[in-house]
Formats: sequence, structure tokens, C-alpha cells
Amino acid sequence: MSIFDKFDHLRHTYESFGSGSHNPFTVSFDRIESATEGVINGRRVILLGTNNYLGLTFDPHSIEEAVRAVQTLGTGTTGSRVANGSYAGHGALESDLAKFFRRRHCMVFSTGYQANLGMLSTIVGRGDHLILDSDSHASIYDGARLGHAEVIRFRHSDPDDLYKRLRRLKDAPGSKLIVAEGIYSMLGDVAPLREIAAIKREMGAYLMVDEAHSMGVLGEHGRGLAEATGVEADVDFIVGTFSKSLGSVGGFCVSDLDGFDVLRVACRPYMFTASLPPSIIASTRSALQRLDNDKHLRTQLMDNAKQLHNGLHDLGLEVGPHISPVVSVALDEPEVAVRFWSALVEGGIYLNLALPPATPSSRPLLRASVSAAHSPAQIQKAVELFAKIAYELGVLRSEPAPRLHSLAANAA
Amino acid sequence: MQISEIREQIIAGLSQARPDVQNIGGQTRIVQDLELDSVAVMDFILSVEDRFDISIPLDRVADIVTVDDLVHVVERLGNAERA
Repeated sequence: MSIFDKFDHLRHTYESFGSGSHNPFTVSFDRIESATEGVINGRRVILLGTNNYLGLTFDPHSIEEAVRAVQTLGTGTTGSRVANGSYAGHGALESDLAKFFRRRHCMVFSTGYQANLGMLSTIVGRGDHLILDSDSHASIYDGARLGHAEVIRFRHSDPDDLYKRLRRLKDAPGSKLIVAEGIYSMLGDVAPLREIAAIKREMGAYLMVDEAHSMGVLGEHGRGLAEATGVEADVDFIVGTFSKSLGSVGGFCVSDLDGFDVLRVACRPYMFTASLPPSIIASTRSALQRLDNDKHLRTQLMDNAKQLHNGLHDLGLEVGPHISPVVSVALDEPEVAVRFWSALVEGGIYLNLALPPATPSSRPLLRASVSAAHSPAQIQKAVELFAKIAYELGVLRSEPAPRLHSLAANAA
Repeated sequence: MQISEIREQIIAGLSQARPDVQNIGGQTRIVQDLELDSVAVMDFILSVEDRFDISIPLDRVADIVTVDDLVHVVERLGNAERA
């Protein structure tokens, strides 16, 4: 009898994948060469599963700023902002983010996970209602569990279902907060935000959008899906992360609501944790500036996303419904998915394997995330390797018929 | 709606999800006995919510083990909606 007996089913699954680089859950990189290349077990791989959407992890200016910060301010803050004080950089980053999102208020958290945990457990309380998309990220569900609001779910990206659930709550007292994500991390699909915002207005609810995967990706200025769909005025809270398009770690929430700053002394995941170290603050500020100034990164990113999405779709593989930098291939059998993933790594492509029940629809996914830093040749290599393995494993059974646009391209 | 009617409809729904399992009753444990994974359970709960026009808060979902636990939650929420 062990205190860990309750995890026997998890241990069984975890151990069934073997050890080291053959186990998708224990991958360790020997080296990272660049934003798009690394080495696993002596094998050079293209990094196609890192959420490094703008490829800024090796941005020279961000590195310089981080080095300067660590040299002048030290390696860490060794305490929380409330108990031990903020550094000037914390406030400066909050002010940069507020300005970028054209909002009056911003709070920075030590991770993106903590941003959701903090906001959702604090801004709604007992007697309030949280209405979550059923495919919400774990950090949203966990924030909901940490707080005291009544939590209900609506069917994934289904505005009619959301409306129905809000209608049932019509006469219930308390605030109602709807939570949606700009881009959903598993399939790369985009929320129907315009419709959700209209329902929010009609039903008098609040709306929070998690732009973790869409900041720097969607919208003319990179402010995410709320900007892209023209509903920023309806979004009361935007949460996001620094660990994707900004290439570091941390999270934030921006808002225009009066009284927002009281959260600094009410929000436990903000108060009772160490604040971000100066080097992270410095590189994040620099990356945000680059994100803001360099629109080319976004167009390059979307070109790369199109190339991978269309390439895999044209092979006959089942990809997500929208073109976005998250490109996932759904398979039927977990065993086949594991073999497929191993063969991709062996062939020089690293991406993520997601297995049910951590996936929508109980199907295994090979999840790629595209970067603006990928070259068209790297994406092409990934598509070719996908094709080769798909035929070897019998996922695809015959050579695909040429698609109309390929014929047109060849004719041109 | 009578409790027996709610039970009947829920059992009919579960029988559709697991047509190979015989004798689903009030004491059947939804996860352990029917071997539904967490995604399948959540999908089933959404369909129950649609069927009875209710929303079951997540903390109450966590307390549901048997078919009858679900039946009682549906019955209580259904009455509350009508009240």
C-alpha cells in the first residue's frame, strides 16, 4: 500500500511508453540550436512543437536586455511583489502591456497558468457564475475550482448553447463571467467571438478572453482575436502569457474596468508567489516591442501556418477546422499515434503528442505549432515526413489525387 | 417530471453510449462500471443538460458516482428551475 496507489492507471500509461527519447512525456533536449532547431538524443530535429510563434527566443536585442538586467539587478527578486516590493521593471512591463492593448490596467503574473488561476478564482466569488467553454485550458478549469463561483460549461464554441445557459441564469443574482479562448491550443480553432460578444451584451454578462495562443498572432496589431473580430470594447478582461509569442515566461491580465487594482491585494496567486526575475521582465519588454513594431513576423507566421495546414490537409490527413499556427493531425488509435510521433522524431521533426482524455473528442493528436522563424524548406520537410510515415503506418492508404489548386499551380 | 421517468431517460442515454452493457440501473457507477472516460462522461452530462433543460454546476458533477446520484441532481435542478 502506497500513497501513490491511486495513480496506478496513470503510471501504467506513462511507463508503457518506455524511457528516454521514446517516451513523448520525458523528452529532453541535449541542446537548443535556434528558435527552430534542437538536438534530442544526439539527433538534430526541427522544432515544430514549441509555441514559439514569433521565433523570438533568440531575438538578439531581447537577449542583450536580459543579460544587462541580470548583471545589474541580479538573478531573482526572491520574494512576492506585495510582501517584498516590486522592481521598476514590473511596473514598466505592466504599463507597456496596458498601452499595447489600449487598456488602463494591467497585472503581471509569474506564469500564464497563474494569470488564469488568479483572475478566475478572484473576480467571481460565491453567488457569481462562471460560464466556461467545455474545451477550456486546464488553467481555466483550475482557476474555477480554486474560487467559489458556480461553474457551468457551454458546448465548445457554440454560441447558441451559451445563450441557452445564460437564459437559464437570467433571473439568478450575481455576476456572470463568460470565458473563451482566442485560439484553442489543441486543434488551433478560433472562438466565434463576435457572436459570443453579442450574447454577452444582450445578457449583461462579463467576458474574459484568453489570448495565450493568439496574442502576436491574430489582429492587425497582434492584439489577438478580440482585435481581429472587432469586439475589443466588449471584452472586459484579456489574459495572456509571455511563454508563447514573447518567448519567455509569465502571464498578465489587462482591463479597463474601474477598481481593477484592488486585485493586487485580493488575488492569492498574484500575492503569494515570487515575482518574475529581472531578466525575464527585460526580455519580455523587448519582445513586446518587437511584436508591436514588426508586422512582418505575423505575415510570415501565417504564411508558414498556411503552408503546413494546407500541406497536411492535401495529403488527406485530418487537420483542424481553421488555419492557425497550431496545426494538429487527428488520428484514431493511440498506439498508431505513438508510433507516428516516434517516427517523426527519428526522422528529424519534433512536435507534441496529445493523448485522450487530454484531447477534444477522445482522439489522439499530433500537434504542431508553427513559428515565423521556420523556413518554407523546414515546413516542406515536415509535410514530406508526415506523408512518408502516414503511408508506412497505413494511416493513408493510397497516393492522394492532385488537388485543383496544385494542378493550377503546376499549369501556371 | 417523476423521478422514475428521469431515471428511465438517463438509463436510455447511457445504454446508447454503452450498448454492450446489460442491466444498467440506479446503482450502476457511471465511470467505473461503464468504463466511460472523462471526455465521454462530460459529453454525456452535456446531453443530459440539453434533455432536461438544466445546467449542472461542475462541483455537483464531481459528486456524481452512480446513475441515481445523477437522477437526483437532475430532479433537484429541474424543480429549482420550475420554482
